[in-house]
Amino acid sequence: MTSAAGTSDAALRQLLHGLPGVDEVGARERVAALATRSIKKDAKMAALDLAIAMIDLTTLEGADTPGKVRALCAKARRPEPRDPAVPPVAAVCVYPDLVGTAKSELAGSTVAVASVATAFPSGRSSLPVKLADVQDAIRAGADEIDMVIDRGAFLSGRYGQVFAEITAVRQACGSARLKVILETGELATLDNVARASWLAMLAGADFIKTSTGKVTPAATPPVALVMLGAVRDYERAAGRQVGVKVAGGIRTAKDAIRYLVLVNETAGPRWLSPEMFRIGASSLLNDLLMQRSKQRTGQYAGANYFSLD
Amino acid sequence: MPDRGPAKASRAKASPAKAGPAGASEPVPRARLDVRKTYKLFIGGVFPRSESGRSYPVRTPGGDLLAYAAQASRKDARDAVVAARRAVSGWSGATAYNRGQVLYRVAEMLEGRAGQFAAEVAAAEGLTAMAARARVAAAIDRWVWYAGWPDKLAQVAGAVNPVAGPYVNFSLPEPVGVVAVLAPAASSLLGLVSVLAPVIATGNAAVVAASQDRPLPAATLAEVLATSDVPAGVVNLLTGYQAELAPVLAGHQDVDAIDLAGAAPASAADLERLAAGNLKRVLRAQRDSAGPDAAGAAGTEPDWAASPGTSRMLAFTEIKTVWHPAGI
Amino acid sequence: MAGTPQLADPAWAYAPAPESAGIVSIAPEYGLFIDGQFRPAAAGGQLATINPATEEPLARVAEAAQADVDAAVTAATVAFERVWRPMPGAERAKYLYRIARIVQERAREFAVLESLDNGKPIRESRDVDVPLAAAHFFYYAGWADKLEHAGLGPQPRPLGVAGQIIPWNFPLLMAAWKLAPALAAGNTCVLKPAETTPLTALLLAEVCQQAGLPPGVVNVLTGAGATGAALVAHPGVRKIAFTGSTDVGRQIAAAVAGTSTRLTLELGGKAANIVFDDAPMDQAVEGIVNGIFFNQGHVCCAGSRLLVQESVLDEVTDRLRTRLAALRVGDPLDKNTDIGAINSREQLTKICELSDAGEAEGAQRWSPACQLPQRGFWFAPTIFTGVSQSHRIAREEIFGPVLSVLTFRTPDEAVAKANNTPYGLSAGVWTDKGSRVLWLAQRLRAGVVWANTFNKFDPASPFGGYRESGYGREGGRHGLAAYLDA
Repeated sequence: MTSAAGTSDAALRQLLHGLPGVDEVGARERVAALATRSIKKDAKMAALDLAIAMIDLTTLEGADTPGKVRALCAKARRPEPRDPAVPPVAAVCVYPDLVGTAKSELAGSTVAVASVATAFPSGRSSLPVKLADVQDAIRAGADEIDMVIDRGAFLSGRYGQVFAEITAVRQACGSARLKVILETGELATLDNVARASWLAMLAGADFIKTSTGKVTPAATPPVALVMLGAVRDYERAAGRQVGVKVAGGIRTAKDAIRYLVLVNETAGPRWLSPEMFRIGASSLLNDLLMQRSKQRTGQYAGANYFSLD
Repeated sequence: MPDRGPAKASRAKASPAKAGPAGASEPVPRARLDVRKTYKLFIGGVFPRSESGRSYPVRTPGGDLLAYAAQASRKDARDAVVAARRAVSGWSGATAYNRGQVLYRVAEMLEGRAGQFAAEVAAAEGLTAMAARARVAAAIDRWVWYAGWPDKLAQVAGAVNPVAGPYVNFSLPEPVGVVAVLAPAASSLLGLVSVLAPVIATGNAAVVAASQDRPLPAATLAEVLATSDVPAGVVNLLTGYQAELAPVLAGHQDVDAIDLAGAAPASAADLERLAAGNLKRVLRAQRDSAGPDAAGAAGTEPDWAASPGTSRMLAFTEIKTVWHPAGI
Repeated sequence: MAGTPQLADPAWAYAPAPESAGIVSIAPEYGLFIDGQFRPAAAGGQLATINPATEEPLARVAEAAQADVDAAVTAATVAFERVWRPMPGAERAKYLYRIARIVQERAREFAVLESLDNGKPIRESRDVDVPLAAAHFFYYAGWADKLEHAGLGPQPRPLGVAGQIIPWNFPLLMAAWKLAPALAAGNTCVLKPAETTPLTALLLAEVCQQAGLPPGVVNVLTGAGATGAALVAHPGVRKIAFTGSTDVGRQIAAAVAGTSTRLTLELGGKAANIVFDDAPMDQAVEGIVNGIFFNQGHVCCAGSRLLVQESVLDEVTDRLRTRLAALRVGDPLDKNTDIGAINSREQLTKICELSDAGEAEGAQRWSPACQLPQRGFWFAPTIFTGVSQSHRIAREEIFGPVLSVLTFRTPDEAVAKANNTPYGLSAGVWTDKGSRVLWLAQRLRAGVVWANTFNKFDPASPFGGYRESGYGREGGRHGLAAYLDA
């Protein structure tokens, strides 16, 4: 869709600023209307299981150790030891230097290993450093790479640089899937979210992702609405289906189901699978398990019945 | 029930029985002991004591001790301004309808406590029970009156201005921000309500220095506010000595406006000079001929029962005018 | 991935989520509300009201005849002279505040009852109709003691007895729009709800009792057209307020000619919803959908004519069709329903007739696949493309979920086409450009202009039409003028 000449700052600016604007008030109203959807009974059970299967179970702390990662992986492949019918999550998400640990713990399971990279979370390093970060993760066996865009470059209009970085990372990924984190909390406006979404998709993203989880606000429903509209429109224009990942601040099953409703009624049911929609979270998993338990037994669950990690 | 104070309680204890035959001891009949209220400040939605640890005696006009009230310091005043500033953007950003609803809720809570207020006002101002009840009813009705203003003031005080050009031009009243209020000295509830309600109805946050001699109804009003969905920091209440608190508020650079209603006449000019430091909007005290709330000397307080009009609200608003071209 | 769960039905069907009707208890029959009491019509006449989603009968209500109208006007007159007019505004205000608070307290009851009687989705009655009704009472309560600030002179006076006739599309909300300002201004009221939707007005009468409103201040006369006509003709009524069809509005205007009866009318519309090529596209599509399918299109100010800039016609209609496919038509009491039942067989017939005319005139008709229930009155959301200004479906009010799509090339042409109608109630404008919004707002001959939004109502916002959409404004400071003598 873009030629070499079309990737200059000016050309990209024309394209991105030519996208239809987003009316923020209208977007918030649409989200509020969709939040009134009442999902009950078997529809709720199905949604809970699907949400579990869409989780990228995440630990991204300075204090992460192999022990912590091993525990996370055990939970990821078997979230509920008492019930084998509970699906495993989609992936675990860790820093590059812990990919190896995760990989061996998850051998033989369907759970993928995703690694953050490119000077996560700030993105403030040179391109060679960012690429080396990616290569470390790939060499260690990462199946998916969650990169961050350079928000400073984006906000100062250097779209060409953002585009070039994503393309370079895409190449370094090889067969691994690339998720591009927009850090929507720093982009501030929904117009910027729409533009960054398109920029990432044009540059080859397999997923566009809301946030690093290290900045507030992280994922919000209006942001997700805009991104889901973008992937729907991009598919229509370019014939390629890109996924969406919401990450950061999604703690309850109720939140997760609200996002599934957004997916269903914005991008459409073809995005309602772990192939096309992911939720980056950690404590969400237990709330989903508790809600699942309540649906099945009729009683509200307690936190101590579910493993901490 | 109003605090009966130490004098009455000891009288109750002392009643009784004479001692019987030498050596015999019969239990002394006792009346039930009240749980006395401690009157504290109201800052940021909570009720702290003064950071200075001080309190001061509050007496009826006849000199009987009613209670001790917290004696706020300049640091308490500073903290109150901080709390008010924090609350402004949320309160002024709320819809006018929401502010009206919250204010009406305050009126509901006031009505529920009318008896308590009547007793406190009677004690504070030396009124008969009937006069106090009438005063409280007027205060509640005054509050209801203001509850109906937030979603109307812009329609009355705003305008679309017919400028000579292809522009749409409109003016809106907006809240100034943090308003310091020196509550009337004599009218402990009706006067207080009359100066406070217009400040918050318009979206401002208030730091109120209660009447120095009659602060107890104000403290009870703070309790009502705390239970009425009023966001923390929108109203802050300081009790204490005006000579200590007023200059701090008048000179505070993060206070946007000051209502000098309760300022002692001798100090009003000095306070106004202090306020000039950051060009606060100043609402000078109105000195009418003696109304029913006048304390002592004629001309100390206006007739708080009179219909207020919109001037007290408009005194704490800024008019913002916006231009936008109209073209294809 | 092997073993990943899939939703059983790929189009994830939210399970039925019905709001319980148990919260409201509907009596088998209701009387008229006159002078603070419920009583049967003097001649014993009754009408049935049904649930349009199922055609099940809900209740029988009294049908007011001349004698009942006389009794109600008399009660209202006495209440006006002896109680309501002499009462200080601050006290009138308190009654209105009470009514507002009780409506809020009984919100769910009102919402369910409204959906049962009218057919609109519970989500709308719960989230729009009932909260707005309470808000109207709350807003006007605050004017009762501030009339000297309303810009109508230093001592505006009430008129007397107001006769108020309201339609079936927003039964409770229209009752609030009528009663609140009239009462705040010091008038007493005789309210005639629509024949097919009397129940929430009767519940509101009960609320008036609960609020301790003095007898005779509000009276509710259920009945049909004849009841309304008798009310209009009654010499004791100083003011008539009518919301309904333009045809009936014309009749009423003729009926009060030569008298001193004051009149305000809120009638039909054929609003243009104008979408420019630089509109915020997704929100514009939402606005179009909301504009014509909210409340099943039973909205006088519905955006029933989509005027889309020709350069983006295909994009907009494509997006519209995709969006319509996600609309849920069905049981009004299901919390996930977007589009409920048509209010009556009569209305359904009209919608069908005009839609058939549209096809006959050569427009292209499209509806998403919809499973409509067997019983009840239902109409699938429908879009007509290739519509011209001269088509009936571009000129006549359909009052149903039917959108006519026309095109324009320039802003001037958009204005000309939008204004090319005897109506003038509302209009919509979708563009990212502020100056264009304002330029169009200045030129559109409509009482309400919605820019980058649609169907927004607020008690503080005046509402009313130009030309054959009626005269007078409801809402806001301006809404008081109809009920006062300066």
